[in-house]
Amino acid sequence: MLVSAHIAVWGTSLLKLLAAMLLLIGFAMLAQRRLLTLIHLLAWQGFVLALGTALVALLTGQTELWYSAALSLGLKALLIPAVLHRLLRRLKVRGDVEAVINIPTTLLLGIVLVIFAFSLAAPISALTGTITRGMVGIALAAVLLSFLMMITRRKAISQVVGFLAMDNGLFFAATSATLGMPMIVELGVALDALIGFVILGIFFFQMRETFDSMDLSHLERIREE
Amino acid sequence: MAANLFQVLQTLLVLLLAPLFAGYLQNARALLQNRRPAGILQPYRDLLRLFHKESIIAEGTSWLFRATPYLLFAAMWLAAGIVPILATALPLAPAADVIALVGLFALARVFQVLAAMDTGTAFGTLGARREMLVAAMAEPALLAALFTASLLSHSTSLSSIVDHLESLRFALHPSMVFAAAAFFMVLLAENARIPVDNPATHLELTMIHEAMILEYSGRHLALVEWAAQIKLLLYVGIGIALFLPWGIAPAGDLAALPAAAFWLALKLLAAGAVLAVIETLLAKLRLFRAPEFMATAFLLGVIGLLSYFMLGA
Amino acid sequence: MTAVLPLDLAMAALLSWLGLGLLGFALGGYQTLACRAVFPLSTMGGLLLAAAGLWASTATPDVLQISGPFPVLPWSFRLDPLSGFFLILLGLLAAAVSVFATGYFRPLPAAALRRLFLQYQGFLLGMGLVLLADNAYTFLVAWEIMAIASYFLVVTEHEEEGSRRAGFLYLLIAHLGALAILLGFAVLAGVQILQGGSFAAMMQAQLSPFWASAAFLLTFFGFGAKAGLLPLHIWLPEAHPAAPAPVSALMSGAMLQTAFYGMLRVDFLFLPQAAEWWGPFVLLVGLASALFAVLFAAAQTDMKRLLAYSSMENMGLIMVAMGLALIFRAHGLNALAALALIAALYHALNHAFFKSLLFLGSGSVLHAAGTVAMDRLGGLIQRMPQTAFFMLVGVLAIAGLPPLNGFVSEWLLLQAFLLAPALPQSTLSAVLPLAASGVVLSAALAAYAMVKFYGISFLGQPRAHLPVHETGRWERSAMGLLAMACVALGLFPGVLIGLLDPVIREMVGQGLGQQGWLWLTPVSAQRASYSPVMFLFGIALALGVAFVLVWWRFGRPLRRAGVWACGFPLRTARMQDSPLGFVEPLLRIFRPVFQLRREALSTAAPRLGLQLGEPVTAYLYRPLAATAAWLSAQMVRLQQGRITVYLLYSFLTLLLLLALLR
Repeated sequence: MLVSAHIAVWGTSLLKLLAAMLLLIGFAMLAQRRLLTLIHLLAWQGFVLALGTALVALLTGQTELWYSAALSLGLKALLIPAVLHRLLRRLKVRGDVEAVINIPTTLLLGIVLVIFAFSLAAPISALTGTITRGMVGIALAAVLLSFLMMITRRKAISQVVGFLAMDNGLFFAATSATLGMPMIVELGVALDALIGFVILGIFFFQMRETFDSMDLSHLERIREE
Repeated sequence: MAANLFQVLQTLLVLLLAPLFAGYLQNARALLQNRRPAGILQPYRDLLRLFHKESIIAEGTSWLFRATPYLLFAAMWLAAGIVPILATALPLAPAADVIALVGLFALARVFQVLAAMDTGTAFGTLGARREMLVAAMAEPALLAALFTASLLSHSTSLSSIVDHLESLRFALHPSMVFAAAAFFMVLLAENARIPVDNPATHLELTMIHEAMILEYSGRHLALVEWAAQIKLLLYVGIGIALFLPWGIAPAGDLAALPAAAFWLALKLLAAGAVLAVIETLLAKLRLFRAPEFMATAFLLGVIGLLSYFMLGA
Repeated sequence: MTAVLPLDLAMAALLSWLGLGLLGFALGGYQTLACRAVFPLSTMGGLLLAAAGLWASTATPDVLQISGPFPVLPWSFRLDPLSGFFLILLGLLAAAVSVFATGYFRPLPAAALRRLFLQYQGFLLGMGLVLLADNAYTFLVAWEIMAIASYFLVVTEHEEEGSRRAGFLYLLIAHLGALAILLGFAVLAGVQILQGGSFAAMMQAQLSPFWASAAFLLTFFGFGAKAGLLPLHIWLPEAHPAAPAPVSALMSGAMLQTAFYGMLRVDFLFLPQAAEWWGPFVLLVGLASALFAVLFAAAQTDMKRLLAYSSMENMGLIMVAMGLALIFRAHGLNALAALALIAALYHALNHAFFKSLLFLGSGSVLHAAGTVAMDRLGGLIQRMPQTAFFMLVGVLAIAGLPPLNGFVSEWLLLQAFLLAPALPQSTLSAVLPLAASGVVLSAALAAYAMVKFYGISFLGQPRAHLPVHETGRWERSAMGLLAMACVALGLFPGVLIGLLDPVIREMVGQGLGQQGWLWLTPVSAQRASYSPVMFLFGIALALGVAFVLVWWRFGRPLRRAGVWACGFPLRTARMQDSPLGFVEPLLRIFRPVFQLRREALSTAAPRLGLQLGEPVTAYLYRPLAATAAWLSAQMVRLQQGRITVYLLYSFLTLLLLLALLR
């Protein structure tokens, strides 16, 4: 499938914009104080991911990527956030996310991480000559930012969100660097994420029954002394 | 010769258009909030009324207090001759690039703050310190946004930036999108708009800009208000030049003038509508949330800069 | 008889300062006569020195060697464009400050005045010699003269305990720094150090990367101690305010710059093969110092302490510019390094002028009102209008506002930052614009601090009943001269940049070329341009037109009436912000940086006080001191008091030495 040069230019710019949006969402998650908004952000991230994959599919003409995009949209933008949302209501978790470090410091750390990711990815970007050049760095940065979010939060749900956001980042890296993994791998990964998600969901209920709270600091009590 | 004509034209146009833009903004906001608007010409009437009134000088103030309204107005007027609102490459434009323009606004601000402190009232100093705080927090964000545009076009001169960006008609720069968002937030903060300040309040706990100009009256107040209106228009103008530069005429090209005027009117209408919607939807932030607002703007600017370097666009 | 050379002129000026010191010591009994004779002549000496420096920028460098008391250690002097630039700075500053001193020191008692003449002229002499020295020996001796003379000036008011403490701290850190510089020179010169360590030998030294870095670090530490960089700055906010105002002006304006001079000479002339990490390191230290200092400057309640912290901030900015130059040079981009260096040198000169202006102004306030504690001042603009006007110029300049001089150097620095993408290393070029945001933050906070400085002390209502009067004629003319210098440097940057060209060429082999007097276009007109003259002209024109039009159409007589203040009937001076209240938002946002302690609120004195603490002292120096004390306590155990034990120590030492010799 051949697209006109015009669309190619616009599409590449748009793809870069989406990549930058991914970074923005990563930072927004770091800065967010409320759980509900965090889940909304996760949904947006999934949506951006799906859009990005679809765009790559359009630009490169790989039909497999269309399925991948549809999968992202259904699973990451709609299903998982919806389930999380329901979980939040059923568990009656309320209140704010408690951050371990204060938010401005976390954001500064985030900027440092992004620069680090950038310096790591710079040699890789120089090698790849595809339209997705430079996106490896952003994907890596998104992964690192999600990791940072998981470290700096106390509530179990925000850790799950961080985990899923990390998965999204990896997915984006795969799509942009190699123009999509083989379909079977992708399905496997999606399934993995889903299973992890389910396990964590069960874990939430167990945790609430045991401690009557979602604060992870309670887990410190069950270590072996 | 024609370039000089453009220079005079734009300098006067900005001066006269500023109250109209403010009036349009007020009207749009009133309509959005289900109030009956006062008419788009109300700011002109207000200014005229103030000019005719007697000016009172507060006791215990120095020459600084009296000179500041004129200085504010002069600074904004000079800026009106530099920002490419109607045309690029104006004869005055090389006198100051975008960094110097920021410096010019800072000069005006410092005088306004000093004049407020000159009154020696609780309100004056309160407004002064809040204004300096917001400015200090906003400046890095503003710089990050301006740097993105400058790096992209290899220039800090607004005219060159406009020329360069106009030539890239069909490119969407992610870095510029973030820079634009950062710039917009700074615009709200620097022009005392919601959510950082409320232009319509006189409640002492919340006001910033109004607290500083409480002691002004008559023609002094008129000049201060007019300068604030010009400043808003200039900021919108800088935003347009940086992020929507299409349709600005090169100075001296008379044939391009009608199109430039048309585009300018359209963009101002759109910008005013966006501002009105924002001010209707948002509430004023608590003062100590304002630094967070600025930090967000800075973060956006930084993401813009980083994505310029990471994505090369 | 050979022709007179610039170096002879400079030496003559320095000798005249020495002579004037002795003359003042002799004449000290007749205060008025001594002041009116010595200080104006000292001004002449300063102008002479500046002329020599100016001349040196076009002449070929010349050398002077005088054999000293030790045959192998000659006194050696050399005047090249780099020294010349700093001589101009020192000479002009000394000239202006001496005019001020003529009036300022007259009320001093005879004995104090005698001492002061010696110390003051000795201080000037020491700084001049530092700039002219051409070997390590001469340099360090001059450095010590400068340090000791300024120490005595700091403890001028030695009756006060705080003054003595400040002096001790200053002396301690100055000597740590001098030691580091000596070691650095030793690394640079190798065995040559035993013959005085001539600078020519250092320039030829081929050092391995490790030793080059060692020399860099040692000298950066040593000069950084003098420049007041983080974390060696703790003496600065104590010592600068303790000295009398003209001395504070010289210390902030010129002495700090000798440290910058030393860094330039070592890093750019002795160590041309810079390692890549030097630049980022210097930049980072500078930026951290600037941000730290500006926050503390804003929080001060004493005018002179505020200015001292602000000096530290400005040194930080100069270091940022120098670090940027080092970065560019390490990657072979000499033209860009030239731009960054010009920003640094320009800022050094600017800082000399506006900071000394502000210090002199605070001295005037001290004489007029008897205090520089801002919570007792206010409304000075009414009683000392001329001082207030000159101070306004200084405040606008230091706040980095166009069309004054502070803005020019800031603008040049930002332009240099914008050229970062030319660097081959992409990470660095991405980080540098972020550093530029830090610079802008520090400049914006400096404006905050300076608005506070001026607004609280000169505007509003007086906070205490003080018998304020306008300062004397000598003082006002000195401030007027400095204010004019600030305006001139702001309006005609092209001229100064032209003068800087040989200096820059000496250091990086490339300059910016000549700039026109009207336009400042460091890279190209397309890229960036700034014209302060047109800027000022535009504002003045707009101001005039607006004023005439308004007056013509709506001119009604003004009426004076009481303040409205939203109709609140009560209006007392205490309703204005206090100096700390004015920066309360900053204290709140940056709470972790300030070691804030709230003083208890008692019913007897219903005042809530805040105490600021230095985090560096709390987290670095106190633990260091505690460790040292602990170590000393351990040493006490060695002291048994029994003679046999001491014999045992000697015996063990002997055995050890023998084992080593084996």
